[in-house]
Amino acid sequence: MRPVKKYGSEHRGTVGVITSENPRMTCRNVNVYYGDKHAILDVSIDIGRNEVIAMIGPSGCGKSTFLRCLNRMNDTIDSCRVTGEIFLDDQNIYDKKIDVVPLRAQVGMVFQKPNPFPKSIYDNVAYGPKIHGLVQNKVEQDEVVETSLKKAGLWEEVKDRLAHPGTGLSGGQQQRLCIARTIAVNPEVILMDEPCSALDPIATAKIEELIDELRAHYTIAIVTHSMQQAARVSQRTAYFHLGDLIEVGETKQIFTNPSHRLTEDYITGRFG
Amino acid sequence: MSDIDMDKTNKTIDTVKRGLARRYAAERRFRLFGLIAIVISLSFLVLLFGTVISKGYSAFQQTFVQLEVTFDRAMIDRDNPANSDFGGLVKAAMGREFPEVSGRKDKRKLNGLVSTGAVYQLQDMVSTDPGLIGTTNLVWVPADDDVDMLMKGHAKRTGAESDRRLDDQQLAWIGKWEQEGKIRKQFNRAFFTSGDSREPELAGIWGAFVGTILTLALTLALSFPIGISASIYLEEFAPRNRFVDLVEVNINNLAAVPSIVFGLLGLAVFINFFHLPRSSPLVGGLVLTLMTLPTIIIASRASLQSVPPSIREAALGIGASKMQMVNHHVLPLALPGMLTGTIIGMARALGETAPLLMIGMVAFIVDIPDSFVTPATALPVQIFLWADSPERAFVERTSAAILVLLAFLVVMNSLAVILRNRFERRW
Ligand SMILES: Nc1ncnc2c1ncn2[C@@H]1O[C@H](COP(=O)(O)OP(=O)(O)OP(=O)(O)O)[C@@H](O)[C@H]1O
Ligand SMILES: [Mg+2]
Repeated sequence: MRPVKKYGSEHRGTVGVITSENPRMTCRNVNVYYGDKHAILDVSIDIGRNEVIAMIGPSGCGKSTFLRCLNRMNDTIDSCRVTGEIFLDDQNIYDKKIDVVPLRAQVGMVFQKPNPFPKSIYDNVAYGPKIHGLVQNKVEQDEVVETSLKKAGLWEEVKDRLAHPGTGLSGGQQQRLCIARTIAVNPEVILMDEPCSALDPIATAKIEELIDELRAHYTIAIVTHSMQQAARVSQRTAYFHLGDLIEVGETKQIFTNPSHRLTEDYITGRFG
Repeated sequence: MSDIDMDKTNKTIDTVKRGLARRYAAERRFRLFGLIAIVISLSFLVLLFGTVISKGYSAFQQTFVQLEVTFDRAMIDRDNPANSDFGGLVKAAMGREFPEVSGRKDKRKLNGLVSTGAVYQLQDMVSTDPGLIGTTNLVWVPADDDVDMLMKGHAKRTGAESDRRLDDQQLAWIGKWEQEGKIRKQFNRAFFTSGDSREPELAGIWGAFVGTILTLALTLALSFPIGISASIYLEEFAPRNRFVDLVEVNINNLAAVPSIVFGLLGLAVFINFFHLPRSSPLVGGLVLTLMTLPTIIIASRASLQSVPPSIREAALGIGASKMQMVNHHVLPLALPGMLTGTIIGMARALGETAPLLMIGMVAFIVDIPDSFVTPATALPVQIFLWADSPERAFVERTSAAILVLLAFLVVMNSLAVILRNRFERRW
């Protein structure tokens, strides 16, 4: 287990068990700044192998920001600065020597807003496998596209119009297309930023099913505003508040018996 | 819902309705102003085109005179036609046409009615078909520009003789030709196939046209790749720091530098320092490249910036390298805007005169340029040269050259639209 550095009295600490017995990713003393704005305050947390961890908290508390640290998507924002350490297995992903291209193939991401490429549905899904050389020929590629779309629960709806632009789909379909695009690369860790916010209950159920299936082989971090969803799909839950990681624990415990008053206020609907 | 709430909604709708008239009035006013602006600009355009076309269309025709030319064996050197006395052939033909004319002065006046180009025309005919030697043929030769102007109604037939370019005697000769149907207007092929000339009836646009094509081709070949690469580097790869800010400010400044300064720069650097050939499309292209680059870079950067960041994130998030992100996703979306910017830059370069004057492309050049290093001129410079010439016949040729330039511009812009539509994609 990696130690957490303590900084005098200003370090508020996190309630609950931040560590995991079999960690896939280990975050230690992560701070994120947007220019002068301190968006993530000294967050330390483990993400276990084959576990689904839910990140909840009021809007603007830094869930997306933290999630984007895990595959260094924050590098693309000029004003953004990240300090601390994040390990994927034994590699510090913020090490200078780390190449972000293979990292992002390993740690895939589904964004909060659906962002399909302005290309065909087929090309959207096939793009990742193609650039990483995961498919050798057209047959394999077709197969990857089909299984990915099936997993994302989109196949039935689009199988007859794979050549149509992905941007022509409905919002919820676009989001599922983005999920298919991400899992087509076969990443080891999947980061999902509110993947179901634009989906109807049926599509949501499909995605939740998918998450459950994927858990056998992958590690998943999911940001959600739906307490029910967090309770349904996750094993552990992390509660963020104004950039602080307030509490981490078993999902069941967080939702039935939260230790921190802020967590309790949030999940009982008194706040947020 | 309570009464108070009902009351409130009623009030809101009343307030909205009261303001509505004012809002619509503002909209109507704005539309009216817009309409007026468009009408004004359109009428200027119509005025411009109207003047140019009405002045220039007549240059597409040229007056020709029919002569009965005897290709006299004695006067033609079969092995070396260039050495023969074709001028003598023309004079002999004219003499046969008007046998009554005698005296050196009158003969000169008579011979002045046909263009000196007639000599070259006969020479060409014999060169291509030596079988003509010894025969007598009816040949249409170009008339002198003064005759041409008279036939087109641009010169007076009446009034004091000293005010006219052609005296009464010459008018009488022309009158005889007219009666016999030996003078007529024909399509002016020479205008589209020859280079410049001191004689308006022989002067053509082709030399300047080729010069412009060579110059612009070089400009495009250099400025498009350089401009696109520079903008991609600045926008996607360059670190955000003081130095890059400085570069950006300088590019914006360069875009506003008067073009004559680029001409002086080209003169100093390319000609005086590198000793590249003066007046050549090579130097012209280089200078215009310098001038066009900032425009292309600025337009390309703007179109790169307009690509939504979510597309970049999507590509990077899936593990694309920066280069892949740019090539596969950003560039296809930004290309239409980049093409538009390039065409705008090229259109500016097409009409640019001042820098070309500086590097000597204003020289009087008769030959059609056949390479990037032969002396050449360009369309706008040709317009400038002709506009500066005193002969009346050059007035209509100036307008005709402007028409050719405008046509070139229209073709270029249409090409831009076609290209843009082909590459345009929605997201
Ligand atoms: N690109 C940015 N530049 C500056 N500040 C940012 C940027 N992105 C986010 N922030 C700020 O960082 C804080 C955390 O934002 P973040 O997007 O992580 O919130 P969130 O928890 O995901 O909220 P939501 O649930 O609404 O998505 C917010 O105060 C936000 O204003
Ligand atoms: Mg968010």
